[in-house]
Amino acid sequence: MFPAFSRLLHWTMAAMILTMLCIGVAMVVSLGDYHVLLAIHRPLGIAVLILAVVRLVNRLVNPPPPFPATMSQRERRVATASELAMYGLMLALPLIGWGMLSAARYPIVLFGSVHLPFILPHSAVLYAGLRKVHTILAYGFFATFMAHVGAILFHTLVVRDGMLKRMASWKIGRSVSS
Amino acid sequence: MKNAGERQPLGIGGAVLRLAVIGVVLVVVAGGFAYLGGWLTPRDLTPARFVDAFERANGVHAGFRRNHAKGLGVSGFFESNGNGTRFSKAVVFQPGRVPVLGRFSLSGGMPRVADSADAVRGLGLQFSLPDGEAWRTAMVNLPVFPFRTPEAFYEQLVASRPDPTTGKPDPAALKAFLERHPETAQALAVVKSQPVASGFENTTFHGLNAFRVISSSGESTPVRWLLTPMQPFEAASDASAARDTNYLFDALIAHLGRQPLRWQLVVVIGQPRDPTHDATIVWPADRERVVVGTLTLDRAEAEETSTATDLNFDPLVLPAGIAPSDDPLLSARSAVYARSFTRREGETKQPSAIGAADVRKEK
Repeated sequence: MFPAFSRLLHWTMAAMILTMLCIGVAMVVSLGDYHVLLAIHRPLGIAVLILAVVRLVNRLVNPPPPFPATMSQRERRVATASELAMYGLMLALPLIGWGMLSAARYPIVLFGSVHLPFILPHSAVLYAGLRKVHTILAYGFFATFMAHVGAILFHTLVVRDGMLKRMASWKIGRSVSS
Repeated sequence: MKNAGERQPLGIGGAVLRLAVIGVVLVVVAGGFAYLGGWLTPRDLTPARFVDAFERANGVHAGFRRNHAKGLGVSGFFESNGNGTRFSKAVVFQPGRVPVLGRFSLSGGMPRVADSADAVRGLGLQFSLPDGEAWRTAMVNLPVFPFRTPEAFYEQLVASRPDPTTGKPDPAALKAFLERHPETAQALAVVKSQPVASGFENTTFHGLNAFRVISSSGESTPVRWLLTPMQPFEAASDASAARDTNYLFDALIAHLGRQPLRWQLVVVIGQPRDPTHDATIVWPADRERVVVGTLTLDRAEAEETSTATDLNFDPLVLPAGIAPSDDPLLSARSAVYARSFTRREGETKQPSAIGAADVRKEK
């Protein structure tokens, strides 16, 4: 089982990241809610960035439990790659968002008069490029998230190796002996 | 599953059922995501469709704003007299001077359209505040906005699309639009009742939408704002007279070459029951007007080099102390400007109608 703090981080960030992805796709097609959604998207994204750093440090301090025996070598490689991808994305997406707003010289307001400094020079080319990458990576993150959920459910419900239990902060059924 | 450790192997039926459950969970999550992203409601009005409508009306002019395409960068400063601190905690209203970047423009998506007295004149401004905050406002010379909602604006854009056979908008479609939208007809009557000024330098610019200002004690007041020129008013001469293509911009550059141009920033204080959600209506004339400072513009700069070119004059870039009202146009303007900005920033820039050489020549 993952340590308690790791589990807390995992579920908090899962909720935040899914919310961020949903706000992201919703705000770009919204007229009436655009401003409100954007006003949530910015500080929530920065919160994800901060928690991602905390989580990376936590992973070094509190290493994850070994993979269950039911996972093949190939499956373990895929799982490790997808974890790496998700760590990379939860760091990269907020940084790219911050960078693209900087390049466009949009004030990066968190709340009230609290705002972040610009981290890139004012540049149309930088903005346009990063804006595209932000979208592509966000869809990539959603795809990785779906694969992650699918794989965990497959292991938990079909292979029945108690995969979800490693991360669950609640009791699942009568549970498998470990 | 009776007990830990003695699970029965899953039969084919059980495995299929469990796989189906997983499939349903994934489809529901993906479906929700697709719904939020608008894929299931392709007929809804989105910022992208709005910008598409501008492109259909005007053509795509790579690198230019989809509306207010023709413009000229300017810069100067704002000197606050401190009167605004009475109703807003915004740093911009504290006594002192802040740098301002701006852009004069003509409405429409044609970057090389000939200047005319009838074209709506725009002024986008960014006040850069000492604490790093910014205030942007995109103003026009209309006292009211002709459309109450983004949907009505879109409807008008579609109705005014040029007919492929005549190359001109269909008058019947425009008439039908006005019949459906009496508020637009009323607003246009207000617009027509105001004389047009001879140039940019003696034009009054209006903030269009109502906003709210927040005082240091947290009190919220509905306001509108406008810039009244300190250059004397002179009515525009006959619009049909033959004029140079860029006569308005050339005159502006010439004025700026001679002396700085100044406007008073006036905040109109609304009463609690004044409508803030409807930009087509004027507030009663007796509302208190507070002069909060003076805007001085002293430098013209062609779009090739002006920082204003790659700036989105999003009316919802506001400092703490100024907040949006319930006007539905505000969020829509923000969303559509952002989409237009993203499109043009990714395109190869074409030379503007008023180039650096024109700015030097007129000076």
